[in-house]
Amino acid sequence: MTPRRQQRMVLIAIVFSGVAVSAGLALKAFQENLLFFFSPTQVEAGEAPDSRNFRLGGMVVPGSITRDTGSMTINFVVTDYAHSIPVQYTGVLPDLFGEGQGVVVRGQLGETNNFFAEEVLAKHDENYMPPEVAEALAQSEKAREL
Amino acid sequence: MIPELGQLSLVLALCLATVQATLPLLGAAQGRADLMALARPAAAGQFVFVIAAFLILVQAFLVNDFSVLYVATNSNSALPVAYKVAAVWSAHEGSLLLWIAILSGWTFAVAAGSRHLPDVFASRVLGVLGIVSVGVMLFTLLTSNPFARLQPAAFEGNDLNPLLQDPALVMHPPILYAGYVGLAVPFGFAVAALLSAQLSQEWARWTRPWTIGAWIFLTIGIALGSWWAYYELGWGGWWFWDPVENASFMPWLAATALIHSLAVTERRGIFKSWTLLLAITAFSLSLLGTFLVRSGILISVHAFASDPARGLFILVLLSVISGGALILYAIRAHRMNQDGGFQPLSRESFLLLNNILLMLAAGLILIGTLYPLFVDALGMGKLSVGPPYFNLVFLLPTLPLVFLMGVGMHSFWRTMPKSVLVKRLKIPIILALLFGISFPLAVFGRATILTLVGCVAGMWVVAAAMLEPAQRLIKGDGSILKIRRSQWGMMVAHLGVGIFILGVTVTSSYSIETDQARAPGDSWELAGYQFVFRSTRDVIGPNYQAVEGEFEVRKDGRLLTVLTPQKRVYRVQQSPMTEAAIQSGLRQDIFIALGDSLGGGAWSLRVQYKPLIRFIWLGALIMALGGILAASDIRYRRQKQNQSQSSHDIDGSVAEII
Repeated sequence: MTPRRQQRMVLIAIVFSGVAVSAGLALKAFQENLLFFFSPTQVEAGEAPDSRNFRLGGMVVPGSITRDTGSMTINFVVTDYAHSIPVQYTGVLPDLFGEGQGVVVRGQLGETNNFFAEEVLAKHDENYMPPEVAEALAQSEKAREL
Repeated sequence: MIPELGQLSLVLALCLATVQATLPLLGAAQGRADLMALARPAAAGQFVFVIAAFLILVQAFLVNDFSVLYVATNSNSALPVAYKVAAVWSAHEGSLLLWIAILSGWTFAVAAGSRHLPDVFASRVLGVLGIVSVGVMLFTLLTSNPFARLQPAAFEGNDLNPLLQDPALVMHPPILYAGYVGLAVPFGFAVAALLSAQLSQEWARWTRPWTIGAWIFLTIGIALGSWWAYYELGWGGWWFWDPVENASFMPWLAATALIHSLAVTERRGIFKSWTLLLAITAFSLSLLGTFLVRSGILISVHAFASDPARGLFILVLLSVISGGALILYAIRAHRMNQDGGFQPLSRESFLLLNNILLMLAAGLILIGTLYPLFVDALGMGKLSVGPPYFNLVFLLPTLPLVFLMGVGMHSFWRTMPKSVLVKRLKIPIILALLFGISFPLAVFGRATILTLVGCVAGMWVVAAAMLEPAQRLIKGDGSILKIRRSQWGMMVAHLGVGIFILGVTVTSSYSIETDQARAPGDSWELAGYQFVFRSTRDVIGPNYQAVEGEFEVRKDGRLLTVLTPQKRVYRVQQSPMTEAAIQSGLRQDIFIALGDSLGGGAWSLRVQYKPLIRFIWLGALIMALGGILAASDIRYRRQKQNQSQSSHDIDGSVAEII
């Protein structure tokens, strides 16, 4: 092999391994950052993962919001009218979070099927229902009719 | 009566667009000058009627005509006038009309500014733009008529979404759309070149200023959207990798790649078919963005009312326009002959790498954006892809891109002797390492590897961009005045990239973001600033009521500013809105937002310290300024004056232009 060729081979090897490492990292990041969505019914059925973040959606049960005076921690219950999951969250809530509203929370499941939220998403329009929530509600509606 | 005139105008515009979309193309194919001559009058007429329709809708908003459904849903008589105008494009129907108005504006500009082009070519460009117009107008009239009546008329309107009642939102959609839709022009030029199966270097020269024009609007539009998100809904974040943000960012990446690839095609007559493919891709991504936003399949602030018929229509439109162009490309692209070669170490190589890396970034973002939709469509569950994925896959291609950028800027065309390159780059390399490492450590006292890499990268791009003018200035022989406008454009735009990188790196490394529970009378310290929560009081605005908090911000005991964030409740929709208060400066922002009342007078607060965050938008604006300089270069203006100049002359002068 001439030195020139050798140089080229090294260059190609570097580029190739760079691409391989990048592709690996991208795939790994993709895998790790897939956030699945589950309804309270699915969580009750044990479909949701135990030690991994996912998103839970449903309606905030009217009258279920409680907070100790002066505390940033809030408790509420999310329901799809078939099953309900209690949720705990510490932090600033989005503007349109409220009782009887659709909500999506991101976080992890605790030991007794209670949910610890890291993020609360409520939508920016009072009439707006997150599509996942709408579908989850429709599903549980169907299940009850059967 | 007047709203019906608006609809009629739109129908007439559609008729003219149909003429523009058919006869000139037929004329170009058959060589009939009489048919080709129809293109410009049809485009002008279409423009007039579309603007008339648009103004009629604006008028309906201004006079509170609540017999028009769209006005009744999105406006209110108490709404301030500026927001009444902005309400025109605040929802689905009106923003489509804005899309059409901007497309007809670009079409009219092409019609007026293309007289130096061969008739056959100009007719084809206008014909293709006409096809796009027809598609979007049909979509509007058949599925989303903004002039539809409400029977009986509403007594009062439902008001504009409070989130959109904001100055930046008055500007953001029109500017972003001007960019989105402007990419139809290079698309038209590309399809016209494919139809005529030839592509000269002049073609690239014709196309480039239009592409840069669209890119300028896209850059400013995205920056405005990010700025708005920062202070209005983001709770201090400036980019969320929201699917709709991605939808505007992917065309930007493609358009950036296109500008660079056009540079090679213009100067060297190579990369021809790649340039055509990029032009088609960039506009297709714009259309895809429209589809994603308008079909309602996305969960986002931007996603308007979902209607499956609309989504389907746009999908068909997308496949006809992009699919048609791609089929044409498949048939014709191989006929584009390449003129010359280049050495591995040359500006061409670096621009090729630029293109590959930019499109790689766009592709990886596309995967993350569309994957959840595919999974959902296949019934395999609902999921989303989190921001960390996007952060990583964006960084992977852009990090090498940024380092190559500085090298590419200082490389010659065709071939670049390695020794000259090393000699030229010695100074920026030293400056980048010196300042990139010492600056974060000196100012903030700590840094991670990634922070240092980011600061070195930003400094490297800044230094590389300023090297040439700085050297000429030091020489003091007036040679700085000889730098061409387009070269200034390139350097200024890259300078903007460097400043942007510094802003992103420092903000994401050193921001302090806290959520705190505080009551009036409390004081605390954050990032060397002392905060005092003085009081809260009730405030009444034109169409809202609010609770306003008053906060002192002190630095070393000296009063810096008093911040008054509000929690508003808009009367009509009864929806709460957080108005953050920001003490902004070039060096840092201090951000306070009222969260929720916690009882007992206490509030949850979001208090943030954001160093150099202004560099992010400043960088984007400087990029846009670079675009303006580049697009206004004398060679683009000269071509209009010397329209009859032969292509040989132009080729002869190519060597001296950078």
